[in-house]
Amino acid sequence: MINSEILTYLLLTPIISSILVLLFKNEQAKLIRWFGVAASLIAFVISLVAYTQFDQANPLFQLTHQVVWIKSLNVSYFVGVDGISMLLILLTTFLTPLTLLSTWNAIEKNLRMFTFSMLLLEAGMLGVFMSLDLFLFYIFWEAMLIPMYFIIGIWGGERRIYASIKFFIFTMFGSLLMLVAIIWLAVYASSITGFFTTNLLDLYKVGPTVPHQIQAWMFGAFFLSFAIKVPLFPLHTWLPDAHVEAPTAGSVILAGVLLKMGTYGLVRFCLPLFPQSSVEYAPIISVFAVIGIIYGALVSMVQTDMKKLVAYSSVSHLGFVVLGIFAMTIESVQGAVIQMVNHGLSTGALFLLVGIAYERTHRRDIAFYGGIAKLVPVYSVALMIAVLSSVGLPGLNGFVGEFLILLGSYKSNVLGSVWFTVFAATGVIFAAVYLLWMYQRVVFGKVTNHELEHELTDMNKREILFLAPIFLFIVWIGVYPSTFLNMTEVSVQTILQQVSAIFFVNALHRNWCWYCFICYNRN
Amino acid sequence: MPYIVIGVGIVLSVIIEISTKKSKEILPWFSVLLFMGTAIYSIVNVSQSFVLFSGMLEVGGKSAIFNAIFNFSAALIVLSSIDYLKKYEAYYGEYYILIQSSVLGMMVMASAQDIFMVFMGLELMSICFYALVGINRKRLSANEASLKYFLLGAFATGFIVYGIALIYGSAGSTSIQNLVENFVSYSSNIIFVLGLLIFFVGFSFKIAAVPFHMWVPDVYEGSATTVTGFMSTAGKAAAFSVFIIMLSAVVSYNAPNFFKNYFAVISALSMVLGSVVAISQDNLKRMLAYSSISHAGYMVIGLAAGNLYSIAGIIFYLAVYSFINIGAFSVISAIEGKDESRIDIKSYAGLHSKSPFLAAMISLFMFALAGIPPLAGFFGKYYVFFGAIQADLTWLAIVGVLSSVISVYFYIRVVVYAYFKNSEENFTIQTSVGTYSAIIVSAALVIICGFFPDLLLGIITTAVK
Repeated sequence: MINSEILTYLLLTPIISSILVLLFKNEQAKLIRWFGVAASLIAFVISLVAYTQFDQANPLFQLTHQVVWIKSLNVSYFVGVDGISMLLILLTTFLTPLTLLSTWNAIEKNLRMFTFSMLLLEAGMLGVFMSLDLFLFYIFWEAMLIPMYFIIGIWGGERRIYASIKFFIFTMFGSLLMLVAIIWLAVYASSITGFFTTNLLDLYKVGPTVPHQIQAWMFGAFFLSFAIKVPLFPLHTWLPDAHVEAPTAGSVILAGVLLKMGTYGLVRFCLPLFPQSSVEYAPIISVFAVIGIIYGALVSMVQTDMKKLVAYSSVSHLGFVVLGIFAMTIESVQGAVIQMVNHGLSTGALFLLVGIAYERTHRRDIAFYGGIAKLVPVYSVALMIAVLSSVGLPGLNGFVGEFLILLGSYKSNVLGSVWFTVFAATGVIFAAVYLLWMYQRVVFGKVTNHELEHELTDMNKREILFLAPIFLFIVWIGVYPSTFLNMTEVSVQTILQQVSAIFFVNALHRNWCWYCFICYNRN
Repeated sequence: MPYIVIGVGIVLSVIIEISTKKSKEILPWFSVLLFMGTAIYSIVNVSQSFVLFSGMLEVGGKSAIFNAIFNFSAALIVLSSIDYLKKYEAYYGEYYILIQSSVLGMMVMASAQDIFMVFMGLELMSICFYALVGINRKRLSANEASLKYFLLGAFATGFIVYGIALIYGSAGSTSIQNLVENFVSYSSNIIFVLGLLIFFVGFSFKIAAVPFHMWVPDVYEGSATTVTGFMSTAGKAAAFSVFIIMLSAVVSYNAPNFFKNYFAVISALSMVLGSVVAISQDNLKRMLAYSSISHAGYMVIGLAAGNLYSIAGIIFYLAVYSFINIGAFSVISAIEGKDESRIDIKSYAGLHSKSPFLAAMISLFMFALAGIPPLAGFFGKYYVFFGAIQADLTWLAIVGVLSSVISVYFYIRVVVYAYFKNSEENFTIQTSVGTYSAIIVSAALVIICGFFPDLLLGIITTAVK
């Protein structure tokens, strides 16, 4: 394995710059803002360089860097990427500068600490996506709670304290059980290989040999932790609170990247480490995923608060991702991965747009708005694109992910029933209902509220600047998804092979979908 | 050797106290030097292990690690005591001498090779503590705490002596070496096991494990904050050192661990009760008292597991817990006003605007106590859980993580007050070099041991083996 230090540089950039931020004074607001944006842009550039070095045809982990860290426990600092993590790392480094750019007016209080937290959060998320040692992974997974906790708690809305504590304790509950499972695996590995190990590559071999009964518990511990983070129905209750109370930047990062850590964990750890249990429990989990899709959509429909509506739509969208993962076909898992990115982009854009309106009027209730198309045409168009992308309009990104997931789950042998797909598909319809209805009430009609005429001004150049890149990718993924699908294909195949090495789950997918235009494009 | 240094130090301190009026300035720094010197000496000589005083004391190895913990904690506590005593205008020459003597007692306990030496060390330490708790004799609460501590401490001592009597009666020897080597044959005698159990019960008082914890909240609340910090760290470590010595038969000879269930039960009870009750505490010292009960529970997991990993884990845990707790109590003592004001959590509202440094530090220590990685507290728990799972005590590890989740609530509540709320009362914080350096050193250690746990664990592993 070739050692490459680029991922370490990528990880160190936000950490070092977060410490440097503390050297500024709070009064130097402009300087701090630019510094934060610049630092995260540097990280973005480094991740692009890493992408150029990344070979998407290689099924192994690449750009790995391993340094012994804790000798007594055989823990090493071990990072590396495959297609899935590369994509999510790019998503992280892409969204962070944009969110920092979006906070120009929103964050006034204690700016230094805010930038510090955001950069540290970025480092934590990158660490989660690149660690190849369970112990290291756990550390990033937990450490990233602290900055997010501060972001919600200090710069959040009225009920921020409640929301931040709930967020913290929910996540902590799941992850500590995962810690026990990690230790158990390390100890179990020593009985097979002769030494303790938390190295993921070693554990990939050890995991499937865990006795069936215990594997179910191990799987449960990992799954619970990830399901809380996703969040899967019925563990989602922390999400609306955290989203609504968090500042816009926090919501964007939360929806855009943090939730993906849960689904990423499912793909990276649950499936390959515990294949038997994953296959066994896939139908039950998918039931919850489908309930989440429909429940999230129905609850979104009755929201009066725009931010809450977007928050519940996350529950629905991530239900799709979980369904895709546990359908365990190439299409569905690839769809799930691309849907993670899509959700990050479109929900991120929606949160940013709600935040833009909120900055001006300090109101988020739908009833307050109405007929703003005439007042703020650019804003209305931007909102239109974000809404349509989230609805899943063909030609925009949301469609690709949802379509692949539905397709894959329809023919999934693991799920074994088309009803999952049938019910999940209703979620797409509901999404159109609640999002377009919201759009209609906010944008069309007459201007009912005359306060709006004074307060609401159209988007300025900075706001267009940070939304434009997101829209670029929304269209890119929608029109030519192959760029991104090719990146993950080999990695997804590798993971599914690890699962199907034991259960032959995924035969004949090619002759089934010869007419699917995405596959057609790709070949 | 280190015992002689501390002993001479005590005598010198007494002379300084008698002979000069400036003892107030000299004594604390003299003590810091003394403690740091001894601590460094112990660490350096950790691998040289030999027995002194015709088989009474052991130098080096585990005892060296413990000596380092005691001395280092004492040094930090002395640093933060300077301001605290000034604030309360409660300087008494005895204070530093008592701390020195209690450290000597602890060192004797940790290095004892004979049960009677354990007892002697214990009494030396306890008597100093009884006096230290009531050092501010003008305060009613301090006197009350002192008396409570004394009565319950005497009760525990009774248990210990009774246990020693039974052990001696059944084994015919008080030499720990002898007990350890012949543990298997002795343990067929029910009286011996019973004696050991009663002995352990007595020490369970000292480590504040449930159901022997009743004295803890009142005593921690009533005594001077710095003394509380000292008792909850070095005092606890000293009591644990005895457990570890007595269990060395189980650990190194793979003897049957009769006490597995006993330890498992008191550990589970302490973790859960400590965490749950701490939730409702508004007084920070009281909250940390309950937190100390639950931390005792986590450490006892290691005793129940009784293998090399878990023993190294306990020592690591004790060391980092000492850093964290001393740091936390130093912050509390810095914020605390005269007459026991401002130890309520409400006084911490908006702390970050008054003193960003102290707010950041108290948050750091709270996160470390909650066991959030990559701070040192996490690794303490990790090693102990690791040992437990290795010893097939997964259920205990699960109870442990669940109570950790509960405990997160009250730890981050402090952070909530410090950062998320706005301040209600106005006060200025008067602190000087001493307290700040104690806080900074503890914080640095918490972070260093978090990122590079091997530095500390490496020393401990060599000591345990």
